[in-house]
Amino acid sequence: MGRIVLDQVSKKFGDVEVIPPLDLTIEDGEFAVFVGPSGCGKSTLLRMIAGLEDLTSGNIEIDSEVVTEVPPSKRGLAMVFQSYALYPHMTVRKNIGFPLRMEKMAPDEIDKRVEAAAQSLNLIDYLDRKPGQLSGGQRQRVAIGRAIVRDPSAFLFDEPLSNLDAALRVGMRLEISEMHERMQTTMIYVTHDQVEAMTMANKIVVLQAGVIEQVGSPLDLYHKPQNVFVAGFIGSPKMNIFSGSEAEKHGAHTIGIRPEHTDVSMTDGTWEGRVGVAEHLGSDTFIHVHDTGLTDMITVRITGDISVKHGDKIYLTPQADQIHKFDAKGQRIA
Amino acid sequence: MAIVAQSSKFSTYGRPVLAWGVGLLFFFPIFWMVLTSFKTDADAVKPEHLIFFTPTFDNYLNMTDNYDYWRFATNSVISAVSATAFTLFVSVPAAYAMAFNPSRSTKDVLMWMLSTKMLPAAAVLYPMIFLAKSIGLYDTHILIITVLSLINLPIAIWMLFTYFKEIPKDIIEAGKMDGVNTWGEIKEILVPLAWGGIASTALLVFIFCWNEAYWTVRLTTIDAATLSKLIEGNRAPEGLFFGRLSAVSTAAVGPIVVLGWFCQKQLVQGLTFGAVK
Ligand SMILES: Nc1ncnc2c1ncn2[C@@H]1O[C@H](COP(=O)(O)OP(=O)(O)OP(=O)(O)O)[C@@H](O)[C@H]1O
Ligand SMILES: [Mg+2]
Repeated sequence: MGRIVLDQVSKKFGDVEVIPPLDLTIEDGEFAVFVGPSGCGKSTLLRMIAGLEDLTSGNIEIDSEVVTEVPPSKRGLAMVFQSYALYPHMTVRKNIGFPLRMEKMAPDEIDKRVEAAAQSLNLIDYLDRKPGQLSGGQRQRVAIGRAIVRDPSAFLFDEPLSNLDAALRVGMRLEISEMHERMQTTMIYVTHDQVEAMTMANKIVVLQAGVIEQVGSPLDLYHKPQNVFVAGFIGSPKMNIFSGSEAEKHGAHTIGIRPEHTDVSMTDGTWEGRVGVAEHLGSDTFIHVHDTGLTDMITVRITGDISVKHGDKIYLTPQADQIHKFDAKGQRIA
Repeated sequence: MAIVAQSSKFSTYGRPVLAWGVGLLFFFPIFWMVLTSFKTDADAVKPEHLIFFTPTFDNYLNMTDNYDYWRFATNSVISAVSATAFTLFVSVPAAYAMAFNPSRSTKDVLMWMLSTKMLPAAAVLYPMIFLAKSIGLYDTHILIITVLSLINLPIAIWMLFTYFKEIPKDIIEAGKMDGVNTWGEIKEILVPLAWGGIASTALLVFIFCWNEAYWTVRLTTIDAATLSKLIEGNRAPEGLFFGRLSAVSTAAVGPIVVLGWFCQKQLVQGLTFGAVK
């Protein structure tokens, strides 16, 4: 069980309010992702849940029990750090078994559990090595192994994949998602990578400057961003967002249209522009269009390959039902 | 190119010469003391026997008759070992708290501790003597152990603090998440990781305790008197017995020199405050 409730939780470092009071509920078994730009307070929020950082005000409940004053060691949560934070003086076996040893579990039971965890993480051959003799990906697995052996009520991950190379990152992303499907344990995952957020989460919490901008499922956020910030943050390539007379035509202060919701023609369309750079990915083509008179650059995404080159005249037509409208404060207009 | 050549010339010839020069300069008094310890008291003061003399072991053989060497040596061992143990017992948790749970005033506390080392010891000499006498601890092991611990605590805490600072905070936090309490953090994570640093600190504190003379000489008479007191006490009124004195001095510093020799690496590490990995 791991239902986590934050009630008017806030954090100040000295006089600087990093997180103004916020409320948030993470249901048991949910995969929640905190996402936002660097310095927005994701780690701080996670560390407060872990108990590694004191709250300035508010309360945290885990399974209806207030844990605000409970030390991290007694909260029953497991954490995977960005730096892995393995114990360099212990072997992989000792590292993974450490939390169990601290629970004073019987040595044979510890051995059994460590072997099982190592098996599921492909670490069996490395059990007697020290962390210094492992690759980054293997260290990451050990850190995960140390977290899973003791059946925590929730897992906390702070950018666990950011030190891995791109290919490994995708692999580990899948493994963690698999792990969640299998165990159905609450997970809170911090990242600044919106692709990770979209692919892994049941619930995404978008943060900016310590404020929750929106909470929702990945597709909620994609289809109905509550404000300009979320609209620009979620989705890749970024949504095209601009204000001015074109927006006013739609009865809004600002409008946004995703690159994949814009049709392209070489002969006619709503907006006219010139091709800047075309990025050919094979499956898709991203075309960056200039001189539209709307904003500096509009990005469009075409499925498949299309042969355009720098300087070509091009016409764009937004799909009418996919235009996002925002008022002067940047809030979504229903 | 010229600069490279020059600097490499310095490191192949200049540096060793300089190092040996400084080394010999520091070593000379010890060499002289050892040399003198093999002369008779009479030879020791004769210029013609400066280098050439008939060596004798009498000074060493008679040492336990001339001076009560073993009692002083035992006292030195008791006070240095206990004071080192007590210093570590206090400084490890203190440095741990300062390194991993610093408060606003941690920096100030550290500076303040260091500033106590700048206080001239003589300024508190009489208060200390009167205090010790009035609470009946004058010339006791308890007093010497306490004083030795107190004067070494600042340096021990500083050294350990610098070592502990090098341990990533994440590792300690991982320990907390894995269910370790404060004592467990020290025992299971901190001590194994900082073992080298703790050993260097212990060694250095032990050497300082062993060599300490200012307080041990003034706060003891017989019962708790250490080897420092033995040497100091032999400025006999009927003249100096240089041969005997050198022998007893050699025997006093001998153990620590041998210890230092075997632990050179740790010592260098300790003296550079963890800057050298
Ligand atoms: N111990 C601290 N003392 C003072 N300020 C801090 C401390 N820790 C974090 N901050 C500040 O709090 C803000 C939020 O930091 P936090 O580490 O939570 O950001 P983040 O969202 O995790 O960023 P990143 O994606 O770069 O990890 C930052 O502006 C940071 O400077
Ligand atoms: Mg962070």
